[in-house]
Amino acid sequence: MTSNTATTTPTAYYRFKPWNVGRIVIWGMFALLLIVAPHLFTSSLALTMLSQIGYLIIICLSYNMLLGQGGMLSFGHAVYTGLGSFIAIHAMNLASKGSLPIPLVLIPLVGGLAGMFFAILLGYVTTKKASTTFAMITLGVGELVAAMALMFPEFFGGEGGITTDRVYGTSFFGINFGPGIQVYYLIAVYCFVCTAAMFAFTGTPLGRMLNAVRDNPERAEFIGYNTQKVRYLAFIIAGFFAGIGGGLTAINFEIITAADSVSVIRSGGYLLFTFLGGATFFFGPIIGAVLLVLASVLLSELTKAWLLYLGLVFLFMVMYAPGGVASLIMMNLRVAKYGKLGRLWPSYLGLGGTALVALLGAACMVEMTYHLQLNAALGSEMTFMGATINAKGLTSWFGAAFVMLTGLGMFELCRRQFRHQWGQIQEQIEHEIKRGEAL
Amino acid sequence: MNLEFFVISMLNGMSYGLLLFMLSSGLTLIFSMMGVLNFAHTSFYMLGAYFAYTLSGLVGFWPALVLAPLAVGALGALFERYSLRRVHKFGHVPELLVTFGLSYLILELVQLVWGRSTVPYGLPEQLQGPLFTLFNTQFPKSRSFVMLVALLMLLSVWLLLTRTRIGLVIQAALKHPEMVQALGHNVPRVFMLVFGGGCALAGLAGVIGGNTYVTEPAMAASVGSIIFVVVVVGGMGSLAGAFLASLLIGVVQTFAVAIDQSLATGLQALGMTVTEETFGWPVLKLTVSQVAPILPYLFLVLILIFRPKGLLGTRED
Repeated sequence: MTSNTATTTPTAYYRFKPWNVGRIVIWGMFALLLIVAPHLFTSSLALTMLSQIGYLIIICLSYNMLLGQGGMLSFGHAVYTGLGSFIAIHAMNLASKGSLPIPLVLIPLVGGLAGMFFAILLGYVTTKKASTTFAMITLGVGELVAAMALMFPEFFGGEGGITTDRVYGTSFFGINFGPGIQVYYLIAVYCFVCTAAMFAFTGTPLGRMLNAVRDNPERAEFIGYNTQKVRYLAFIIAGFFAGIGGGLTAINFEIITAADSVSVIRSGGYLLFTFLGGATFFFGPIIGAVLLVLASVLLSELTKAWLLYLGLVFLFMVMYAPGGVASLIMMNLRVAKYGKLGRLWPSYLGLGGTALVALLGAACMVEMTYHLQLNAALGSEMTFMGATINAKGLTSWFGAAFVMLTGLGMFELCRRQFRHQWGQIQEQIEHEIKRGEAL
Repeated sequence: MNLEFFVISMLNGMSYGLLLFMLSSGLTLIFSMMGVLNFAHTSFYMLGAYFAYTLSGLVGFWPALVLAPLAVGALGALFERYSLRRVHKFGHVPELLVTFGLSYLILELVQLVWGRSTVPYGLPEQLQGPLFTLFNTQFPKSRSFVMLVALLMLLSVWLLLTRTRIGLVIQAALKHPEMVQALGHNVPRVFMLVFGGGCALAGLAGVIGGNTYVTEPAMAASVGSIIFVVVVVGGMGSLAGAFLASLLIGVVQTFAVAIDQSLATGLQALGMTVTEETFGWPVLKLTVSQVAPILPYLFLVLILIFRPKGLLGTRED
């Protein structure tokens, strides 16, 4: 019996981790990327896109605090970003008049506090319920605020919105935030600090409890936590970061309109792209923010049917990869960790190639339909991928359908092959893990 | 406020409320049975209107009244079978998201097929003109037809659920799906039927709502949020609650848009002097008709504060 007690002495939970090298490298690379990005992409379009990506990262991450970490599907996140923007823009106007001594670098914090204030006010009602009811209530509150914003043109500026001038106050070492590059770096600093702060939040007791409330609210109640309160607190913090994002939006654009920035459509966009990026991983929304800017700036220039493509991509993503792009990356990283990614390359090439063929055919048909509908006055001739085709010709329709069906058929064949291979590799990995545990 | 205005507004409000109920009943049925909040429900309503527009050009309005809801129901069932069922294992949030994605898709497809502006979906001859004239105001036949169809639908759904065999299976599958499955009923197929049936009800609402009001791509979004309000206010999963809440919101909104009074005029009538310099003038000057669009949402917030489970709801969560 004495030997038995000796073995059951509690293990000393002593972890000596002075430097988490991997984490430092990743955060260092993130900071470096933020610093060098405007020097790699120097055009003014690239700079505006980078600035947008910067504050959208904050917004999407704050949204994921609700969706990914709290399991709260909100349809009203634009309320907090939008109201943050409005308070920030009014603060800027007051500051330039000289009645409020706030330097521009602190304006995003004003937006953040505004977002937090409205989250305290409205969050009390919305976080009373969880899951689907929560989603419906946020939708209702979102509509409420969006409709109210149009009712008070004195504050929200009505159709024309509110404008401001971000260059006020004395310049500090030549920095007056007139040029776009200076604004970008302001956004980049906020982006880095907020990302770090939100990552730190995931490790706090509140962050952990939030995960518990998402996974099993009943158990969380049994161990003595008020789930409603946990949701409320998380909602307030998410509102704060959303407001910071909103404040940066106001600085970047110098104009905010009520019809756009607090609308439910905007909230839907945040939801869509946070999910596409991946709600189950912390870094997923960062990918989502990049995708959001790429889609809304580049894709919408490229094709009129971008919302259709977006809807289709979203639908397939929910059905086949509910973890978003981030989960796809992590799954492949796992395969790579066990040195088996090399075997998958041919399948990936096959899948990508056949999918491209199918997409080409489908896109051609979609573009022809849109052309017939929107540009009927321009005649039936249109250019698609550099080639001139007749949108009313039978041959072009048959050609496109043929290309699509061939692509689809070959894709299906590749997919079966890939699925088989993927299953095999996963089995081998499981096997190796078990063997590692047994050793 | 005279009697004529009151009666006509009441009738208009009730016909709008009954239309809302046709939408929210399908949503409530699907929700209480499958736990799925169908975000695309009003998209099916819109599809119903557009299908009926095309079909009534081909075969006339009355056959379209039957065919369009059937087509919408079939589409809904297909969506359940091939998309929603696949997502079911991931939980309720992905289920909601997949219907959210579908609502984007249907909107784009509708704009692609029928164009971005209003389509001329008119009333059939039998429903044109007034049904009766009260004092000097006419009450159109189309509105009364909406009321008639909604009441018939309410009756038949109630009979179906309580008096038929399939209705009993549905009710049982609602409470204990495993037990029903153990008794040899195909529960996934029952789910598919319920989803298709709910969508068909939305489609039917679209057929008669589309020509009474307007048929345009924005019609889904215009009622979309309101029926969610109806479902929450009535109590999640309560059909009777949805009925009460629909009528209430329909009547309140119809009355509100017709009242051209504001807090300022109200205070002036009480003998107070209210001018542009008075504190809170932007709020005081708003007329009731201006705030009409936000009344349902205000109502939602008030209900959540004072009666979180809804008017007739039983669920606390």
